[in-house]
Amino acid sequence: MNFGKQLKEGLISQNPVLVQLLGMCSTLAITTSFFNGLGMGVSVLVILTLSNIIISLLRKIIPNEVRIACYIVVIAGFVTCVDLILKAFVPALSNSLGVFIPLIVVNCIILGRAEAFASKNGVGAAAVDGICQGIGYTLVLIIMCVFRELLGAGTFGAGLLGGGELGAAPGLRVIPEQFGIKILTMPVGGFLTLGALIAAMQWALTKSKNKKKEAK
Amino acid sequence: MEFTSLLAISLGAILANNFIFAQFLGICPFLGVSKKIDTAVGMGGAVTFVMALASAFCFFINKLLVSLDLAFMQTVAFILVIASLVQFVEMFLKKFIPTLYTALGVYLPLITTNCAVLGVALLNVQNDYNFIESVVYGITGGLGFLVAIFLFAAVREQTEFSETPKSFEGFPIALVTAGLIALAFMGFSGLKIW
Repeated sequence: MNFGKQLKEGLISQNPVLVQLLGMCSTLAITTSFFNGLGMGVSVLVILTLSNIIISLLRKIIPNEVRIACYIVVIAGFVTCVDLILKAFVPALSNSLGVFIPLIVVNCIILGRAEAFASKNGVGAAAVDGICQGIGYTLVLIIMCVFRELLGAGTFGAGLLGGGELGAAPGLRVIPEQFGIKILTMPVGGFLTLGALIAAMQWALTKSKNKKKEAK
Repeated sequence: MEFTSLLAISLGAILANNFIFAQFLGICPFLGVSKKIDTAVGMGGAVTFVMALASAFCFFINKLLVSLDLAFMQTVAFILVIASLVQFVEMFLKKFIPTLYTALGVYLPLITTNCAVLGVALLNVQNDYNFIESVVYGITGGLGFLVAIFLFAAVREQTEFSETPKSFEGFPIALVTAGLIALAFMGFSGLKIW
């Protein structure tokens, strides 16, 4: 088992959002606060790992013609479980993520990994792949959340830190309110932040590629 | 009364609460299938059609699930309905309108995993829309998607030829473009009052 290599792929060279460009909808929509990003990231991580395991176990039984439908049913089952668990135990998060929790079903990351990895590899590798890709996704969400929340609203960890109930906490104020760049918390900010982040990733990847070429 | 509420839903879905620019539903096909205006419009049309059908079918499925006390199976049931609907539309087009079928090609099966379709079904339930409102929301939401992807493809055809910084080539510049169009669409948010 090559955990280190898979982790590196999930985090950097094959990052689901920045390199494979999967799962854009949720990435753009819910990255307005650290609380949302963490909740969404962990939900996807759990669902991705579990569905990878199950699909890898069933890969020899599922007929090739109807495989996509089978994958979707497996994924939808897990999404429903997570949705109900969140509603029961963390209603604040469930309210704030709204329709995007059930929409994890059609998040291309999960279906993409099922098709590209879990259906061709053993259980262990599939589970590790799920965890690594999930961490990569969560990390991008958190970077975007922190950036947008910090510069947009001027706070850090709203809904999580700064006293008060979970979901209603004001967060730690870093920048005075009147200096916040409000537009970053709006849909426009999502597009611009993600664009800049992918550009930074492309820049870093070409740079490291050139360095390798020079070394040769 | 009925008419004004329908008008409010339509205007909201097309402009103020546009599925792409305000709600972030259906971003994957929006970014993936927007390099040429023709294919973008084809995709938009197909999505509108499936969204209208999905809203209508899922309305009855939801009624059935609620009456059977199985509301928690919503997500699973909806996605299955949508997947089979897309399959059905594909077979229907192949048999009766083969020209449209070949034009849409690989995009048809992709509609299954378009979050706008599942999103409209879930939002209909969440907003407690009746049958007519659901169908209107489905159609106008699809039209909003069509408008968005058409505008975006038109701009993107032009940016293909302009010089962009190397790191921004391809996807990043497309995202920035989308951001600017979203900024324009923010101007419609004033329509929300009614």
